[in-house]
Amino acid sequence: MIDLWFVIIAFLWTGYFVLEGFDFGVGMLAPLVGRDPAGRRQSLQTIGPVWDGNEVWLITAVGAMFAAFPAWYAGLFSTYYLPVALVLVGLIVRGVGLEWRGKVTDPRWCDLGIVVGSALPAFLWGAIFAGLVFGGLPAALVGGAFSLAVCALHGAVFLALRTTGPVRRRARAAALTAGAVAVPAGALALSALGTFPALAAMAALAAATALSWRRREGWAFAATAGAIVLTSLAVFMELRGRPLPGLTLAEAASGAYTLTVLSWIGLITLPFVLVYQGWTYWVFRRRVRSAPVA
Amino acid sequence: MDALDLARWQFGVTTVYHFLFVPLTIGLGIFVAGLQTAWHRTGKEHYLRLTKFFGKLFLINFAMGVVTGIVQEFQFGMNWSEYSTFVGDVFGAPLAMEALLAFFMESTFLGLWIFGWERLPKRVHLACIWAAAIGSNLSAYFILAANAWMKHPVGYEVVDGKARMTDLWAVLTNSTALAQVPHVIGAAFIVAGGFVLAVCGYWMLRTRAPMWRGAARAALVMTAIAGAVVAGTGDSSARLMYEQQPMKLAAAEGLEHDTASAPFSVAPGIEIPGVLSFLSTHDPKAVVQGTEDLQRRFERRFGPGDYRPDQPVVFWSFRVMIGFGLATVGLSVLGLWLTRRRRPFPEPLSRALLLALPLPLLAVIAGWLLSEIGRQPWTVAGELLTASSVSPGVSLAEVATSLTVFTLLYGGLAVAEAVLLTRHVRKGAEEPEPAPEPERLEPSLMY
Repeated sequence: MIDLWFVIIAFLWTGYFVLEGFDFGVGMLAPLVGRDPAGRRQSLQTIGPVWDGNEVWLITAVGAMFAAFPAWYAGLFSTYYLPVALVLVGLIVRGVGLEWRGKVTDPRWCDLGIVVGSALPAFLWGAIFAGLVFGGLPAALVGGAFSLAVCALHGAVFLALRTTGPVRRRARAAALTAGAVAVPAGALALSALGTFPALAAMAALAAATALSWRRREGWAFAATAGAIVLTSLAVFMELRGRPLPGLTLAEAASGAYTLTVLSWIGLITLPFVLVYQGWTYWVFRRRVRSAPVA
Repeated sequence: MDALDLARWQFGVTTVYHFLFVPLTIGLGIFVAGLQTAWHRTGKEHYLRLTKFFGKLFLINFAMGVVTGIVQEFQFGMNWSEYSTFVGDVFGAPLAMEALLAFFMESTFLGLWIFGWERLPKRVHLACIWAAAIGSNLSAYFILAANAWMKHPVGYEVVDGKARMTDLWAVLTNSTALAQVPHVIGAAFIVAGGFVLAVCGYWMLRTRAPMWRGAARAALVMTAIAGAVVAGTGDSSARLMYEQQPMKLAAAEGLEHDTASAPFSVAPGIEIPGVLSFLSTHDPKAVVQGTEDLQRRFERRFGPGDYRPDQPVVFWSFRVMIGFGLATVGLSVLGLWLTRRRRPFPEPLSRALLLALPLPLLAVIAGWLLSEIGRQPWTVAGELLTASSVSPGVSLAEVATSLTVFTLLYGGLAVAEAVLLTRHVRKGAEEPEPAPEPERLEPSLMY
């Protein structure tokens, strides 16, 4: 049961990194790829209907950690107190920026909030998890730089896949640049892990960059998503034996009753969530064009 | 001042701030869904205009509720790691259920509603706003069940210094939760009703368009019904408090010694005999325990320590809650009477409706201060002290930093939100469609 819940939590975090990863990337790149107001709006519209739902993966991952491994949840967030507080600041300004953008006269403040609020958590989550696995500031910085670059790549590939016209073209260029940073950063961060999924993640990143070059946007997105899944898998494999220094999963876990009850609830509700969230992507599956002129 | 004090301040500031937006999300979501349903049923265009108008105000507010809510979920682990480790087995379950059952539904369907005006069949689009609004209300239930457990822990046992859940059903049907959920959700509908009334009041002072009168009448009905629910559940809460949290009740009344036929003090010095006993037990002669006598009993049971909450804060927040809450509900009942049978809104009434915005907000803030400061010095009544709940590894400097950052950020956002709401209220709902500026053409981005 403890292993099952560890897998569920790893799954929720992975889902969060994959989904919000491209939200962060799009948020960071929108001013670069968008250039003019219409282009920025077009870029951000690709994530408009879905980013809030994607963020609930984080809320659920954290809530599940709280319920299933209270000591892990408590230890993680109190140990990384200031980085986590900064993540929250980022998520606040980004969320408000995205929601208010269409309702203000001058969206520049919102855009600033979106860029900062996307880059900050994208960097900090990588730094926090790298710090957790390896310990020490240099590892955290490399991990942060890696996850920042991967989110940028993931977002650029997503933008190229979901838009048309000049934004699509510039997104491809951004993907190649981000790939040029992400691949060497990944070589550094992932080779330190050295396990099979980590090495496979490196290969997926290189493949994503190459596929972007060949304009295979769908496959490139599958490759960046795969790279994130594999990286997350590699990280959680490391954390399984030692979720926090001096703590084991068994020590951190809730009782058998709680875990059983929660398993049933998760088993019943999660399929519904996956279906209706998937349906959202289906409804908004068409490429976003630049605003038509009346 | 130590890390514990600042952690408490941070929790207080961020939670009260969060709850400025939550009641509007809970109540206004249902109101907007009702407006859209009315449009769907009748096809009358002014319902659509009202839906879009209040929908926009709802979304400006919703964003703030969401982002300040994320802070709450992390804060337990960040500042209260000892608490989290102790309670997670029980307290975490409703939080996880809230995310799975409520938050996904709320955010996903709201995204579909915002961007789906042109893309979804009308009926499906209408279902989306209902799903989102129901999601908000469900989330309130789960978080209030978790909160009620702190005041009246049930369905658990303590094993190796940690609470272990033994009965989820008992946690979810805790008598305290069942009284508190309708009380808080009712209060949220009063806040939302008051917000709509203030907006309509503003517009009725400026135009005779019948649409505002209709919206105001609907909001009056909503506020009056919610008022009845809040009063009724407030009564059952008082009786539960007598049984489960006698110290809070005594502090709220400034009652020092065990008293038969205890009086209710409207303000210090003005007392109505027997009323407190009656409110607590429905028997005007019953004995109500006092703070000093309870203190002696608690010391005998839990060892030396001060078990009395901050008495003046609890006393006054109780009165502000009741006074401002009743004033708002009274205003709505008066409004219903004055505008009965198609009578127009008299100007003084429209002017008074502007007060329906701040009054209930102050009442709910006071209600939370009563509820949570009255629980002190415990985080989990009888089980865990607040002083033993704080994160041992988090320094004063760290909490001071985060408290400063959150306070400044929240202050700035409050100003921005107020400006934005005011601007959109002033714009009104007169335009049938969004202004035809090129910047605004994409309809999906307007909402």
